[in-house]
Amino acid sequence: MSTSSVSKGCFVFKPTAKKKRSLTLEDYFTDGCEDAENSDVRFQLCQHLWDRIKTDTEILQDELNRNVLDSLLDLTRKCSSTRQHGDWASKMRASEIPTAALVLGVNVPDHDMTFQSLSELLQQSVTPYVASVQAKECGTLKHLMKRVLERLTGAVVVVDDEEEEEEAEQLHKSAHCSLGTLCDWYDAKTKKSSTGTPGKKRTSPAKDEQQQPPVVIIFKDLEAFNPRVLQNFILICSLYVQRLPLMFIFGIATSPSTVQHMLPHSVSSLLCIQLFQSLSCTQHLATVIDKLILTHNFPFKLSGRVMQVLISIFLYHDFSVRNFIKGIQLALLEHFHSQPLSVLCCKKKEARLNLMQLSHANVERVRKLPSFKRYVEKQEQQEQVNLLQDDGHLKEVCQKLMKDLHKYHKNYYPVLRCLHTLTSTLPRYPLGKQIRELHLICLEKNVWENEDYQSAMKLLKMLAKDELIALLQRCAENLQTVKSKKMNAAFVQLEELLAKFKQLDTAAAAVETVPTVVESITSPVKNLQKKTDLFQLQKTLLEMNESLRSKKRSPFEVLRNEALEFIDGLVRSHLSPPESQTLNEVCYFSSSATVRRHLNATPRTSIQSALSSPYYYIQNDNLKTEDGSVSNAAPDICIAYKLHLECGRLINLYDWLEAYATVVSAAEGKDQESDEFGKVDEVKHARFIRAVSELEFLGFIKSTKQKTDHVARLTWGGC
Amino acid sequence: MSVLEVKFIGDGDVVEHIVDKQEGVQSSSAAVHKLVTLKNPARRQRREDGAAAAAADDDDDAHCSYDEKNYVQALGTEEDEDGVSRVAGSSIFTFQKVKRGHSMALTASELARTPGKSVTFSKTPNIEPSTPTRKGHNPKGEGRTPKKNKKVQFVSTTPHRLRRRITTPSLRSDSDSELSPSDSGEEEDEDGIEEDQKVKKEDKENVKTLRTPSKGSSAALYKTPAKKSKSNTSEAPNQPTMVEEYFEAHGTSKVLTSDRTLERLHTPKLDRETLVRLLEGKQSCYTKDIQQLHNKHRKHFSKWMLQLQLGFSVLVYGLGSKKALLEDFRVSNLAQEIHLVVNGFFPSITLKSILNALTCEILDHQGSFRTPSDQIMFIAQTLRDSPDLHVYLLIHNIDGPMLRGEKTQSALGQLASLPNLHLVASLDHINAPLVWDQFQQSQFNWLWWECVTFQHYAEETSYENSLLVQQTGALALSSLTHVLRSLTSNARGIFKLLVKFQLENKDNPSYTGLSFQDFYQRCREAFLVNSDLTLRTQLTEFRDHKLIRTRKGADGVECLIVAVDSSTLMDFLENEEGD
Repeated sequence: MSTSSVSKGCFVFKPTAKKKRSLTLEDYFTDGCEDAENSDVRFQLCQHLWDRIKTDTEILQDELNRNVLDSLLDLTRKCSSTRQHGDWASKMRASEIPTAALVLGVNVPDHDMTFQSLSELLQQSVTPYVASVQAKECGTLKHLMKRVLERLTGAVVVVDDEEEEEEAEQLHKSAHCSLGTLCDWYDAKTKKSSTGTPGKKRTSPAKDEQQQPPVVIIFKDLEAFNPRVLQNFILICSLYVQRLPLMFIFGIATSPSTVQHMLPHSVSSLLCIQLFQSLSCTQHLATVIDKLILTHNFPFKLSGRVMQVLISIFLYHDFSVRNFIKGIQLALLEHFHSQPLSVLCCKKKEARLNLMQLSHANVERVRKLPSFKRYVEKQEQQEQVNLLQDDGHLKEVCQKLMKDLHKYHKNYYPVLRCLHTLTSTLPRYPLGKQIRELHLICLEKNVWENEDYQSAMKLLKMLAKDELIALLQRCAENLQTVKSKKMNAAFVQLEELLAKFKQLDTAAAAVETVPTVVESITSPVKNLQKKTDLFQLQKTLLEMNESLRSKKRSPFEVLRNEALEFIDGLVRSHLSPPESQTLNEVCYFSSSATVRRHLNATPRTSIQSALSSPYYYIQNDNLKTEDGSVSNAAPDICIAYKLHLECGRLINLYDWLEAYATVVSAAEGKDQESDEFGKVDEVKHARFIRAVSELEFLGFIKSTKQKTDHVARLTWGGC
Repeated sequence: MSVLEVKFIGDGDVVEHIVDKQEGVQSSSAAVHKLVTLKNPARRQRREDGAAAAAADDDDDAHCSYDEKNYVQALGTEEDEDGVSRVAGSSIFTFQKVKRGHSMALTASELARTPGKSVTFSKTPNIEPSTPTRKGHNPKGEGRTPKKNKKVQFVSTTPHRLRRRITTPSLRSDSDSELSPSDSGEEEDEDGIEEDQKVKKEDKENVKTLRTPSKGSSAALYKTPAKKSKSNTSEAPNQPTMVEEYFEAHGTSKVLTSDRTLERLHTPKLDRETLVRLLEGKQSCYTKDIQQLHNKHRKHFSKWMLQLQLGFSVLVYGLGSKKALLEDFRVSNLAQEIHLVVNGFFPSITLKSILNALTCEILDHQGSFRTPSDQIMFIAQTLRDSPDLHVYLLIHNIDGPMLRGEKTQSALGQLASLPNLHLVASLDHINAPLVWDQFQQSQFNWLWWECVTFQHYAEETSYENSLLVQQTGALALSSLTHVLRSLTSNARGIFKLLVKFQLENKDNPSYTGLSFQDFYQRCREAFLVNSDLTLRTQLTEFRDHKLIRTRKGADGVECLIVAVDSSTLMDFLENEEGD
């Protein structure tokens, strides 16, 4: 059966064969990846890691939203309980619909998850009656009403018996779906549940409250709603609020003032709005990076460039954490798919096991790794021979190297955090505000060779005592939690330093060194008062400066320098870029181009460059040209495109055709002297038509009626 | 032509002028330097050599890319890991520029006389096809530098025919001295129209030697260099800035193009059949290379399957029809699976037909739905209930004209977000990604794949009413006959009457249609109807079949028109008479 037809656009294919042999994920993974031999192991590892990432991020999301969601839940509980009290204030309040305005930020793709967990939480703990609606399914009031009714009653129908369902069906079918019906339904519902538990009726107000659970309606994207629809809906709802404990939740992407923009005062006064602000997406990203990337628990790592691409997509395009994680997923998949040695990218024990089972081909791959080559070159002659010839020996060495890599990661992150705590509060943030920026710098090259690092160190050397101590204490906390020999040693040393700082306090109280310093400073100042000569002033100032500098540094300064040198030493020994580590290729995914090409593609660039330099794609010698120009033997569409670039807003088809014919004739090798040259024959005409209609299809030109036989050009630029 | 004007110019103005010029030079050279740093070191030397000459033309481009550099760097797109920098958007997204009248013809002749020069690329492109580098870009410097010595080069390299016309001035009137390349004519661009008119007059006088279609190529060829060389010499000292160029390009809505039409060809329009016949025989010389490209993309099929199953959607883009590639994918990988193919380029594809195919044929659901969103909910529910059921949706041209709508795309997005519905789609329009907002993109969960195939969009464009193709009207004719055949003889008579009247008036440009009263009168005379009610019922039927249209005339009277062009109507009448 073919899929082209002049009368049909959809073609359904159902395999007739009964024994449908469906390939599993693993088969597809094995089928096109490098070195199929250990692909099953790699696939398992990949799946395992992805599952972990997924669950971890979900937990993270929940934790981050917990505060907001908890307070939201509190609000819903409160509003259902205030209904029960009979005092005047709550009666006044009762005519208003309690509303929560939840400001979520512009990262719309992420909102779904938040709303999902919100409605789940609500259903679990407060009320079974939750309906969430989106703007695009509620174009009119009728639709909105219908959706609300469907969601509320439908959700109950599923758990209830058949009879109910029929009723619900009827409800949907009847065009008469109003809040009145909803009220009746609600009454029936609550009564039923109360009759379901007879005797326990009106035992306590708390019980009563449970029998009157609020009806929550979530508007997922408030901005997208038609304001009129929303206004009418709110007006109608406010009439029923006595019978039906309604409550709204508005999801807002921009700012809380949207509510005022969308609803006139007469409507918004019917609402009792409380504002909730969710965590900003950058904070969210920071936590995700903190938990997923800046930890040695995940063996899979991203190289600096890949990180940069992902972060740039986040910052410049969508602010969506979900897309960021998608990027990580893609990188993960690509890494395990394309790098056979990724079998070693796992926990220490497994890695050891997998290492022992490496095939000869893979051992050869290890030898070809650039980092391993560098390692071999540093070894002794005999060792080099051994490494290159003896597989067993190589495996042993690799085991040690893998251990080193693990250790490197274990030390890298705590030290990174230390450095970040020290530098993140410095003026003008020489090493970045966020830890991810510092991480990127460290991944790229030796951070201590960076100018910004030098200036950061200079700034640190000017810190006051209490600030420095506070920072160092936080560093120590960072180091304390790590279970690693070196880090423990560093922690002990840092503690000693801190102790010295404290001793200094007590010592300073005992020894009065201050007067001497003051004296030395004030004496030239006294001299100064006599002379008012500018030159003299300068001289004295210089002298003062010199004397200050040459003056013996205070014990605090000495200690401060000592502490910073210690930190500097830590940085130098632990924050070297991963490229310097042997076997880093096993864990680091570095193909940033792949990630960008798949996530942040530029189709127009691709099309235009294919049109302007076809040789890049079709490696045919006929197409080779001088830089930038198009060979006249290029495909028709390229020539037509090239010619159309020379035109203004309108293109005369006749001129275009002639120019095209000239070029094509030259390509055919026609004699330029002959009369036939550049003549439009039928075939050329047909080819031109095809090229032009293809350009039209791609959107470069369109037909226009402004002038006969002209087309309008739609793009500018390009070459 | 132009009146000499003498004006007093104050010192201040002069100084301003000087400063302006210096600034221009400085900024352009600095900008070029910036541009150079973005490029390949290999090309650097050469660029800098050409920089002085190219600075003039590069000026605005350079500004753009300089501004853009920060962003590009931040996004990390400036270099691939193979050390090759990629195409920057600055060269693609620019403002409209002034195009001097006939540069197309000039380019054509330039292209014609550079048959495949043997200049080697400094780097062999990598095996994997991917968007090429900037080095292939921005040819302006090289492409246009010959402009300066055009005068010398031109005569020796133009095609013979043109040269002959250039060197045989005897036929021409005095105005042709302006047209010849050696003359630094005085006319400005704005004089183009005037000049065109003059040329027209001249055409009449001169037995049309200049621009007869048989002679072919554009007369512009020798006019352009004159202008170019002139503008080059006079404008070189004070280059227009980007702002000036912008306003020059947008200042006038007048379009200066020649008035020639396709009528001048001996075969003004080809019809569809001839077109297909002509193109069939002609095979591209790159068939082998194109096949190679295809095979390269084929290798990724299993990876596509893997990604599809992991919840991504695959989106292929790039120049060339991807129908064959996706079809290949379908046959080789989806044969065992339930799948649905949608031709997005099909002119009457609708969301409803896609959804119906899903519910009726794939999910075997009888019964209809009130709204598409109900239907989508049903699909979502059914697929959720049976997690083992995997449906593959393959859409050729998801950006097709009928699928572009926001509602359709959001519906497709909702479908794509279902875990066991897998979507593969292709995309061709250059602005296609604009149809999705962030939310939809995340619903689709696209993974983009660049698949440049260089195959012709044969099927995709076959439905299109190309403006160059003669509409045969065969379809309209057959539908006319079919509808008419099912009517009573009286009804046929009524219709024929209208057709005849319309044909009688076909040369009357002010004909707006036959008014109802006139029509009724005529029908009565021909004994076709007995009351105006019968006629009205009959007309309603015609209208339902879209055979006729009614229009309010100038005096408010209802006028009837057959909405088919006259040649088809003629054929129709002949057929009817033949029967």
